[in-house]
Amino acid sequence: MATTSVAVPDTPLIRLALARADDALVLGHRLSEWTGHAPTLEEDLALANIALDLIGQARSLYALAGEDCGLDEDALAYRRDERAYRNLLLVEQPNGDFARTIVRQFLYAAFIDAWWQAMTASCEPRLAAIAGKAEKETAYHLRHSAEWLIRLGDGTAESHRRAQAALDALFPFAAEMFEPVTAAAFDVAPASLREGWDRQVDAVLATAGLTRPAAPWSHSGGRAGRHTEHLGHLLSEMQYLQRVHPGATW
Amino acid sequence: MYSQGLNQAETDDTADATRAARFQARIDAEDKIEPNDWMPEAYRRTLIRQISQHAHSEIVGMLPEGNWITRAPSLRRKAALLAKVQDEGGHGLYLYAAAETLGATREELVDQLLAGRAKYSSIFNYPTLTWADIGAIGWLVDGAAIMNQIPLCRCSFGPYARAMIRVCKEESFHQRQGYEIMLTLCRGTPEQKAMAQDALDRWWWPCLMMFGPPDTESQHSDTSMKWKIKRFTNDGLRQKFIDATVPQGHFLGLTFPDPELRRDEATGHWSHGPIDWEEFKRVVAGGGFCAADRLAARRKAHEEGEWVREAAAAHAAKRAAKLAASKEAA
Ligand SMILES: [Fe+2]
Ligand SMILES: [Fe+2]
Repeated sequence: MATTSVAVPDTPLIRLALARADDALVLGHRLSEWTGHAPTLEEDLALANIALDLIGQARSLYALAGEDCGLDEDALAYRRDERAYRNLLLVEQPNGDFARTIVRQFLYAAFIDAWWQAMTASCEPRLAAIAGKAEKETAYHLRHSAEWLIRLGDGTAESHRRAQAALDALFPFAAEMFEPVTAAAFDVAPASLREGWDRQVDAVLATAGLTRPAAPWSHSGGRAGRHTEHLGHLLSEMQYLQRVHPGATW
Repeated sequence: MYSQGLNQAETDDTADATRAARFQARIDAEDKIEPNDWMPEAYRRTLIRQISQHAHSEIVGMLPEGNWITRAPSLRRKAALLAKVQDEGGHGLYLYAAAETLGATREELVDQLLAGRAKYSSIFNYPTLTWADIGAIGWLVDGAAIMNQIPLCRCSFGPYARAMIRVCKEESFHQRQGYEIMLTLCRGTPEQKAMAQDALDRWWWPCLMMFGPPDTESQHSDTSMKWKIKRFTNDGLRQKFIDATVPQGHFLGLTFPDPELRRDEATGHWSHGPIDWEEFKRVVAGGGFCAADRLAARRKAHEEGEWVREAAAAHAAKRAAKLAASKEAA
């Protein structure tokens, strides 16, 4: 039967590049949904900037994965199904209110910024090169989201309540970030960054006057393509033109 | 008291007349007027109205194109469209800042927009129905905006002129990008080419209306010309746009939805069929197809963002208070 979907071989490099590319693309896509609807004009521009950085990172990573499997960035982004997407469940969660968006960004940025920093020393030079650029961008994403989280935690009773509710809702998705993606020598084991992440999150939450949720359980499955129901809707919107017009050039 | 007041008014009038003459002389000499310079109240009001309408147009204009960011058909197009819409937001920001130099605040201007009391460009009340609309908007709407705005780079009011120089550079990039989308579609599959033709059919006439009513009906032109806020008439700019755009459309292999469009061999200009000014009036009066949706989207963003803006203000006030207390203690 004819299908517009592509099959991607599984090597450690492709697996790692796709997992990180999918994280960046899905989160960038989510942030881009704010464009024109943010709480202030300045935030409209800031969220679009972060989205652009993330989409740019995704493109570099898809290009890298593509070098090893002969598919271009658009085939990888637009022609894989939900079950083939490897992103973290955290990044596909809907924007919700501004507090949700900020908490999602903060939890992710506090991890990925440290990961990219560590990856600048990767023995795979193509990954190290991407890391060098990405790390500068994610440092800004972390600063931006931490500053907002502090404003929201400290600001008014309403903003505090919303920020705490967002933390409570999203914390169960945080542990998935520390699962191994590959055991390759060029990869940095996410678990090695856990302590630093805990310290950083605790420090920002303390300044913001927010409470770290106990998170009695955590969700996982994204790396195996078992997603929440949200991803399918995101992909059907994102992929529809490529799916309706197979083979067309845009 | 009464006579004193009267005398005072007379002195003001004479002084104003002298200042007004000096002001006009500066404008005639192509001097830039800066925010702290004396200016007639009507000049200030005209500029606040024009600059704020322009700013609102940039902001509302983010919505029709934003409608396609999540559905852009390739990663390159997605990034380019997101960056373009972000640029439009940036244009809004510089323009509100230019209006603020005249004593208006961004809050009051935005309130006027949300209350439906301020105008914005009628073009953004048309819907974006297919991906080709993103190409057509870049090519035609940004193209028309450039025609309107290039002369504004020489506007007599310094902050507006300077904002326009920066804006025009970005608009011409948008225009090329939009045309390139159209070119790709026109060289693509028959479905893609049909999509491009359909977009041109829907956007062409509304784009011609972007230049405003015909010169015979335009209200503000004379004073705006005298003050060098405006340098060309609506019809003059519209003609320039048509002359520049028609050959581009023919190069794409598209047909303009105007059976009367033809080149006048004597003048070299393209003459066009009648514009539906009734439609224009209806859109300007608030009856645009998407007007209710556009305002509703802006109001929703504003209302849902209120607690965020309050939180930021409350946090800043708390920090300032803490800083003051720690300075006192030290
Ligand atoms: Fe613009
Ligand atoms: Fe533009």
